[in-house]
Amino acid sequence: MIPDQPSRRPRLNPEKVHVAAVVALWTTAGVTLAVLAAIIVFILVHGLPMLTPEFLLAQPESMGRAGGIFPTIVGTLALTAVALAIATPLGVGTAIYLNEYSRGGRAAAAIRFGVDCLAGVPSIIFGLFGFIFFVIYLKMGWSVLSGGLTLAVMVLPTIMRTAEEALRAVPASYRQVSFATGATTWQTVTRVVLPVALPGTVTGIVLSIGRCVGETAAVIFTAGTALRLPLSIFSPTRTMAVHFYILAREGLSMPHAYGTAAVLVITILLVNTIANAIMLRFRAGVT
Amino acid sequence: MRLREFVIEKLLFIAALSSLAVLALIAVFVFIEGTPIMLREGLGSFLLGAKWAPTKGSFGILPMIMGSIWVTVGALLIAGPVGVACAVFLVEIAPRQVADVVRPAIQLLAGIPSVVYGFIGIVVLVPFIRETFGGPGLSILSAAIILGVMVLPTVISIAQNALEAVPVEYKQGALALGCTHWQTILLVILPTARTGLITALVLGMGRAVGETMAVIMVVGNAVKLPINPLDPARTLTSNIALEMAYAAGAHREALFATGVVLFVFIMILNALANMRLRRRGSHR
Amino acid sequence: MAHHRRSHLLLVMAIIAGLSIGVAGCRGPQSGGLTVAGSTSVQPLVEHLAERYMAEHHGEVVNVQGSGSTAGIRAAVSGAAAIGMASRELEPTERDLHRFLIAQDAIAVIVHPANPVKALRREQLRDIYARRIRDWQQLGGNPGTINFITREEGSGTRGAFQEIVMGDAEISADGIVQDSTGTVRAIVAGDRNAIGYISLGMVTPEVATISLDEVVPTHDAVISGQYPLTRPFLLVTSGEPGPRERAFMDYLHQPACQAIIEEEGYVPSAAESRS
Repeated sequence: MIPDQPSRRPRLNPEKVHVAAVVALWTTAGVTLAVLAAIIVFILVHGLPMLTPEFLLAQPESMGRAGGIFPTIVGTLALTAVALAIATPLGVGTAIYLNEYSRGGRAAAAIRFGVDCLAGVPSIIFGLFGFIFFVIYLKMGWSVLSGGLTLAVMVLPTIMRTAEEALRAVPASYRQVSFATGATTWQTVTRVVLPVALPGTVTGIVLSIGRCVGETAAVIFTAGTALRLPLSIFSPTRTMAVHFYILAREGLSMPHAYGTAAVLVITILLVNTIANAIMLRFRAGVT
Repeated sequence: MRLREFVIEKLLFIAALSSLAVLALIAVFVFIEGTPIMLREGLGSFLLGAKWAPTKGSFGILPMIMGSIWVTVGALLIAGPVGVACAVFLVEIAPRQVADVVRPAIQLLAGIPSVVYGFIGIVVLVPFIRETFGGPGLSILSAAIILGVMVLPTVISIAQNALEAVPVEYKQGALALGCTHWQTILLVILPTARTGLITALVLGMGRAVGETMAVIMVVGNAVKLPINPLDPARTLTSNIALEMAYAAGAHREALFATGVVLFVFIMILNALANMRLRRRGSHR
Repeated sequence: MAHHRRSHLLLVMAIIAGLSIGVAGCRGPQSGGLTVAGSTSVQPLVEHLAERYMAEHHGEVVNVQGSGSTAGIRAAVSGAAAIGMASRELEPTERDLHRFLIAQDAIAVIVHPANPVKALRREQLRDIYARRIRDWQQLGGNPGTINFITREEGSGTRGAFQEIVMGDAEISADGIVQDSTGTVRAIVAGDRNAIGYISLGMVTPEVATISLDEVVPTHDAVISGQYPLTRPFLLVTSGEPGPRERAFMDYLHQPACQAIIEEEGYVPSAAESRS
């Protein structure tokens, strides 16, 4: 892998080429960041003027053209809560099994493959599946439960992968010490391994919150679009992302659409910042 | 005590199987809904038929397949070079403090809801394309640009892993031979990380093929075979999301069949990417 | 080892089956609320009226779902929804449903305000959408390829347009397809060469309406029956509506609601001259 001819174009000064390349790479990264900044600024500039306590806490009026977005915030929270309540034990459980119990082998390989595939399934397919399975087949109707279950399935790989990474980063010596004191595997997991791996695991959960909040395609077919405060997990509901989609698409009210988008983007910013902060502390703690 | 351990292990095993079980359920339910019409219409005429008029009994999804391919290839033409360049920047060029800011910022791009991308596409990008290049603006080009940005985080993070996995001795060797840093990157690091970079592109491709809500808003959704990038087109995903709400009977089956095609396509991409990842993993 | 694996498998299957049955047996789709589902064109109006209804009738809950005319009708038939909403006339196979008219809606043909073409005949409109007329110059406008925008297959708006304007002709596959009134309007508002069709109630000053067969789409022209491109907004129930459904549907016919319907730009059913 050693280059046979380090300078294939002898006429070009390698040093100059290097400088040009470095400038180009800085520019590319800069442009990428600029695009991100432009998107966020665009939404916030248009949306921030709408953000008042009333907007967040009032009921919508005349289909969202006036009033607030309170039910959609509650709807988003409810869906996310259901999704995480289901996906967290399953995801973390999978990670624990793969990393602490399975002795490799076919089952583990198959499970890893399944998780990888699930991570690649597009959200519209989750939507179709959730609609046909939860809404129709299990007769849950368009509801917080159907939507939450669909989202749970969707974020399962994220939670599982980050948890597994966190578990893997726990030094083997910790376990050896624990086993040496006569602890069982489960005791080792709960008392030694999990506490150390907790920040990494939590990062995955926080990132999943972000995906739940931002998802549209999987939710619109399963939780419905009813613009009402959900009274139970069997009520249909509308999330902020779906509300934004409908407002923008139907052209009902651009200010309200931008306001909703601003709440969405701020939520995502917060969620990512929290996840990142946990991750950094986690890294600092392990190494 | 031993019993408790046994029960816990079995419970964890069941949790671990949930992903597989769900994947199987998804496949089963989407296939049950979608395959009968493919068999009835004939796989050939379903996949290669150019006419889609589901309420009149014509179910050909070739325009959507071509639409998805155009849009995906376009997105990769943007996200591939930019993504690899950003990954090289993060791993090789950027000072640590800069990388620590840029990395989460790029992952933030992945967090922005796709409807927001679609919306910005329709209010900013589409008029721009219409004014600059002509045509209706709602086009493959618009969708490709939006998707290109959306799949960047996927491409960057996997490409980054690939670059980080290149043994540091390779780099040191090249530098010791008098290569500039850029020559080292171009002639040693990138070729060594090739497999991983291709995996990044394949997974980015999967993302692009599967994206729905942003695409539906900017791609124009016309059901015809696209000839140039300024034409409107319809993708597999937008076909499902557009008409699902209205569909009944054979029409609905045809949309699920579209889902089957999409699902199979994504699974092939995933399998490819995973095989590459595994192979690479076993070398180390 | 093989035996071990099989016991795993059995255990998992049993648990999945158990979960499925458990959840399925748990409950049906209706939970106290009155579910109204169907046409996305009718949804905003009914949602608006349902807000008032719930404010005035304490304890009553109405959930309004937008899922499309056909899906709404099916939901009413299957019992997934108590009431279905449709923005097209019922088809012969659907005639045994209980049909309840809440408003008449005109479909306005819209262009960019700067477009000099202000009037079309129905045949011309049909030829535009069949791609037989391709340039605005052919219609006396400024030269430019016509970008025509249509709704998605299965939409009530498209259904009415197909029936009244296109007849047996097919809408060309070259057309841009959008699945909502707002996006059709936004595209036409931004493109001098675009033409589209949306509900008259959703027309804003960003776009200009076109007169069809010399009739300008106005409220009065719809009431008098002169404007040809109209369709009904229907609520349907499977069989005679029950007392709760009846109460809600009757509420929509009260003068206060009829006034709101008119305010939103639709023609209330009471004012409708044709049956």
